[in-house]
Amino acid sequence: MQKTGAQILWESLVREGVDVVFGYPGGAILPAYDAMLDYPIRHVLVRHEQGATHMADGYARATGRVGVAIATSGPGATNMVTGIATAMMDSSPLVCITGQVGSRLIGSDAFQETDITGITLPITKHNYLVTRASDVAPTIAAAFDLARSGRPGPVLIDITKDAQQGSSESGVPADLRRRGRQPDQLPGHDLIDAALKLIGGAERPLILAGHGILLSGASDLVRRFAERADVPVAMTLLGIGGIPASHPLNLGMMGMHGEPWVNQAIQEADLLIAIGMRFDDRVTGNLKTYAPRAKKIHLEIDPAEINKNVPVDVGLVGDVSELVARLLPHVPEGDRSAWRSHIDALKGTAAVRDIQTLPDNGHLYAAHVLHDLWRETGGNAVVVTDVGQHQMWEAQYYHHDAPRSLITSGGLGTMGFALPAAIGAKVARPDAEVWVVVGDGGFQMTLCELATIAQENLDINVAVINNGYLGMVRQWQEFFYERRYAATPLASPDFVTLAEAYGLRGMRVTERAGVRPAVAAARAHRGTVVIDFRVEQEDTVYPMVPAGGDLHRMIRRPPVLAETGADA
Amino acid sequence: MTIFTVDVEDTPGVLTRVASLFRRRAFNIDSLTVGRTASPGLSRMTIVVDAEGDAARRVEAHLYKLVNVVRVENVTTRPAVLRDLAMIKVATTAETRAQIMQLADVFRARVLDVSPDSLVIEITGTEDKVDGLVDVLRPYGLLEMARTGQLAMCRGTGAAATTARPSRRTEVEAEPAAFAASV
Repeated sequence: MQKTGAQILWESLVREGVDVVFGYPGGAILPAYDAMLDYPIRHVLVRHEQGATHMADGYARATGRVGVAIATSGPGATNMVTGIATAMMDSSPLVCITGQVGSRLIGSDAFQETDITGITLPITKHNYLVTRASDVAPTIAAAFDLARSGRPGPVLIDITKDAQQGSSESGVPADLRRRGRQPDQLPGHDLIDAALKLIGGAERPLILAGHGILLSGASDLVRRFAERADVPVAMTLLGIGGIPASHPLNLGMMGMHGEPWVNQAIQEADLLIAIGMRFDDRVTGNLKTYAPRAKKIHLEIDPAEINKNVPVDVGLVGDVSELVARLLPHVPEGDRSAWRSHIDALKGTAAVRDIQTLPDNGHLYAAHVLHDLWRETGGNAVVVTDVGQHQMWEAQYYHHDAPRSLITSGGLGTMGFALPAAIGAKVARPDAEVWVVVGDGGFQMTLCELATIAQENLDINVAVINNGYLGMVRQWQEFFYERRYAATPLASPDFVTLAEAYGLRGMRVTERAGVRPAVAAARAHRGTVVIDFRVEQEDTVYPMVPAGGDLHRMIRRPPVLAETGADA
Repeated sequence: MTIFTVDVEDTPGVLTRVASLFRRRAFNIDSLTVGRTASPGLSRMTIVVDAEGDAARRVEAHLYKLVNVVRVENVTTRPAVLRDLAMIKVATTAETRAQIMQLADVFRARVLDVSPDSLVIEITGTEDKVDGLVDVLRPYGLLEMARTGQLAMCRGTGAAATTARPSRRTEVEAEPAAFAASV
């Protein structure tokens, strides 16, 4: 049966199981939007195309399914670039669909023409320019397969207006639909045996748990592996939730703002078992002094990541679930109680985080907000954070037990990510309690999406950690630029009034005692509440490994600040 | 230096994708040639890249991540024939012309064009051999030179076999007929 390319587009999306797309219409994508009304797919109208990509990303991270964003040509397409790069860095499966000018106009600098396939070439797994209606269906099928297979990532499909308007047979060639992906070769017995031998012989082993565990759905396997071999687990930022925070073997976060005992344990370990992580500079610090005593085993789906930053002794390439499943039955049962006691002892002197024991002197610190938010929500919320100090405080003070319960931009560090990503997460999981934790800077980058929340009637709560500064940049200026606060003091609108202007509810909290009642009220309220938490202005994220510094040399909170009751 | 032969789908933009990968990952290309193969729809690139050992392995892994890349072979460590072709325009006078033609003959090079004050010489051979001819011609005055860069092919019937991991990208005919970005 003959259908238009636009109809085939939606038909193909339905076939891929897509239930919602996030988008913004425009001239070159109009034929697709016209056809959309006839298909059972929800469309969430965003206020800026960057928001559409972050929403699709949040949708993908909350569920593991492919998120879909759609925009017009030219500025619509270029506005997507930040969201696509964010998804690429964090291996998030996205399909982005853009309209393009008619194929005969390509190259002529036509109105709203841009070379979006050229622009997104290095920030997509692959991209396609579709100029014929007959190519729409096979391209969509290939794009979804590519986005979700192997190491997931974003794929962009640029469809010319004439391809949307033209006609073609709507059926998809069966061989292509079911083509599937040949599995990458799993490592041979020699490598598996080498890994098992290293694990069996290690006295001070550590698992470094990364995002790949969540992407691969390997949480249970990795937990059982850790329990059987009695190996403590350190988390990357994006790995948080992969192993429950409350699990006795979970030590907490590693890296620049990680727990000091975790970083110290990495430096003292004799074996690192890295699972689905990529030795980012934010977790290794100075590579020359990184984990000097440790042999390294790297379980990773992307062969290009093996030996990229840290040379490893055994690299196992493949899906993390499959690799751990192969190791698990053979891994020697261990008793590392001496090693665990040693780490506990490190913790004893360095566990500065127990703010429940702090004197409450009335100052409101971000740590209070995150800690109380965790307690009030029972740790059961899906928290979507932006980028900066609040992001690190969230990672430190909100303890995540469930996979996919922390959604944050790690690799690209995209400010403005949180609010739209939370919309995507809420749309994907309407029954989940979703909280946005965002700074006053990042919030103002994409707060236009409050209108999307209002229009879609979503129940998302927003905790603005408002300190009047671009806090993380200010912190670096404090440490490394002699407190010369260039362009970091930040004026903001009245967020309470602003929320009300959008038809949402706004609240303000200025002291510790107000945190839990405000959180409780927001939870009880049906609809979105924006809470403006006015926190200490020049508070600092401790501890900290300066960029490129040695992992075991962390800047700690000075005693003078500790007296104010912030921490320590 | 590592030499890869890379079979790619002959689609618009494929050269950009490969070149962009090297730029993005900060690997230096020493030479890159591209041309048709015996299989319709497939092009062969020979890429000489300034990377050794594990860096070379990562180049191969990155190449395989490109959807249009069908097969990658590191021929550096395998029995292979390597050829470079150069056309060299060298200044001549009535006195030097015969000497230069003799030199060309020693190198098994061919004279393609004779003009009153120059010769165009074609030479095919390993990079070293071409460099050798260039060195002996330089004193006469090199007016112009164009080189292909290295071409490589494995010896024997093992050429089509590959040590690379299997990839779905070997199923070329199953790729959708969509066009990639234009170069």
